[in-house]
Amino acid sequence: MTTNALTSKSSTSGRAGDKIFSGAALGAGVLILITLFAVAVFLLIQALPTFFADPAEISGGAGFFAYIWPIVIGTVIAAAIALLIATPIGIGVALFISHFAPRKVAGPLGYLIDLLAAIPSVIYGAWGYMVLAPALVPGYEWLAKNLGFIPIFEGPASQTGKTMLTAGIVLAVMVLPIITSLSREIFLQTPKLHEEAALALGATRWEMITTAVIPFARPGIISAVMLGLGRALGETMAVALVLSTGNLIPSLIKTGNQTIAAEIALNFPEAFGLRLAELIAAGLVLFLITLVVNMIARGIIARHKEFSGAN
Amino acid sequence: MSTMTTNQSNRPGVPTPPVRKRNSLAKGKLPKWAIWAIAAGAIIVGAAASTLTGFNVASFAIYSALIFLVAASVITTAAEGKRRGKNAMWTYLIYAAFIVAVIPLVSVLYTVLEKGMPGLNSHFLFSSMNGVTGAVDNESVANGTPVVGGAYHAVMGTLLITLWATLISVPVGMLTAVYLVEYGQGKALSKAITFFVDVMTGIPSIVAGLFAAAFFGMILGPNARMGIVAAVALSVLMIPTVVRSTEEMLKIVPNELREASFALGVRRWRTILKVVIPTAISGIASGVTLAIARVIGETAPILVTAGIASQINMNVFANWMSTLPTFIYYQILTPTSPTNIDPSVQRAWAAALLLIFMVMALNLIARLVASIFAPKKGR
Repeated sequence: MTTNALTSKSSTSGRAGDKIFSGAALGAGVLILITLFAVAVFLLIQALPTFFADPAEISGGAGFFAYIWPIVIGTVIAAAIALLIATPIGIGVALFISHFAPRKVAGPLGYLIDLLAAIPSVIYGAWGYMVLAPALVPGYEWLAKNLGFIPIFEGPASQTGKTMLTAGIVLAVMVLPIITSLSREIFLQTPKLHEEAALALGATRWEMITTAVIPFARPGIISAVMLGLGRALGETMAVALVLSTGNLIPSLIKTGNQTIAAEIALNFPEAFGLRLAELIAAGLVLFLITLVVNMIARGIIARHKEFSGAN
Repeated sequence: MSTMTTNQSNRPGVPTPPVRKRNSLAKGKLPKWAIWAIAAGAIIVGAAASTLTGFNVASFAIYSALIFLVAASVITTAAEGKRRGKNAMWTYLIYAAFIVAVIPLVSVLYTVLEKGMPGLNSHFLFSSMNGVTGAVDNESVANGTPVVGGAYHAVMGTLLITLWATLISVPVGMLTAVYLVEYGQGKALSKAITFFVDVMTGIPSIVAGLFAAAFFGMILGPNARMGIVAAVALSVLMIPTVVRSTEEMLKIVPNELREASFALGVRRWRTILKVVIPTAISGIASGVTLAIARVIGETAPILVTAGIASQINMNVFANWMSTLPTFIYYQILTPTSPTNIDPSVQRAWAAALLLIFMVMALNLIARLVASIFAPKKGR
């Protein structure tokens, strides 16, 4: 074969460069898969002693299941309170920014909400500890006095305000920017023609929103809420700082209850041996719970991708 | 003007008396002042109701808002019909949602500014907590002297750990994104990577910390806590963000640019390095900056991987380190002097203010980078 100027020298060095570069790119991708696999494997290995240990040696003295169950429930309760508060308000704020606020303020407001999503969780936790908890004490006393017959508001109310309900409210404040900024993105993508058609038929603004905006954005809202749920389940610092922990109890305004993430953060620094394995096992449970929640959210997004444009 | 013509056409020949009739389109609508009147009424009645049960600001605001909401909806329904009434009710509810959301967020920012300002001075910035014990704090409270001790060690820890996390995540994340967009289109492996990157986005930060602790614990023995372990934990959180933002940016680079480069005989890797990435660099840089802003405030993974320290440690490969978030956490939860917590509280808020400044600055930089280096539009 005759060599030609186009393929001779530069080509061989170029081919090597191609191989190195594509190999590096492939390697990085595979590294991510290995890392995630390693997360699961290492957590499992380090957690194993818990599952084979004598049940009496586990904290609480009744085996791992009896230890983990109350804090799983606590985690779910905290996240549920957060979502019950944050979902309607978050969607309301998103609608306010996308369809109600004057144009000039809407842009800066959206930017502000994005900035608030970036505030570190420990600062929300410190705020809950120092400002919110004391401020809520009179409210809890009122609830215990007037609605105390409902188990979740059973008194006597905590005098420090460091209760499950406070933790749930702090979590709600933290997930609110997430739900708002994701739903706002989707509301803004509603086809303008749909909205204008609804208005042209004589719909009021609210009717336009229920007939054109909400049906279009529904899958996006659901996935925004699920992602908020994932954050609320795994959130550590707010709960670790705000909740004064205890056993699982139905009342939300008394000292008590615990979540997985806070349990790990509060006890890990002093843990060793079997206690360490226990906490890592708890982390594994948390990992699985958030994994399921996130996969459901991603599934919903993937199914409706062509409509919502959310990703 | 229009009222004049309608009157004239109705009664031709008869001289029209100068009556001002309201525009027919605005018929059956409440005048503009009505809503302010309802608001004023609601505030007065709300104040009265609140006074009956012992006046305080919270009950006053709640009562007034409820009364306004009900009154405005009912009056609008009566004057303008059911549909407009419903519209009014939901409009006010959405305004209310916005106000309710703003209260805690403003309160957080106000608290951090108000409590953080007094403590944020040069002494705080440039000295560590080395040798600052409960006795020192008790003395400064008793004598009324300024608070001793600062967050220099934590600032350095934050910067070093974040720097190492960035050094790990950016190459891995960017290369993965390059693989996904440029090499792996449609392959099963790239689908698997996309899926698991999504899964990684949702890993709770404490689990990432536990992973790094468990991993290094098995290699170096239990309780191996140092800066680099924390950096690995943070990069587990940071990589998916970098991958996602880089991928989005590479995807919007027009295919024509790649084809033009291939047509000139340029190799694929040189095309990617010299054409594709430079075109997308503004978006990538702002995505990386946002990823840094996200991990710089993480507390839980640091807690389980780097421990705490009160002295300056510049070596990420040995000994425990503090970062600003863990500094805040421990100053609040376990004050240096249990009897006089004020100095610790002041240090915690000053650190919080500093941390917010850092995060906000990173966010602003990301915005600026994105807008300054954005590729020039066609014309």
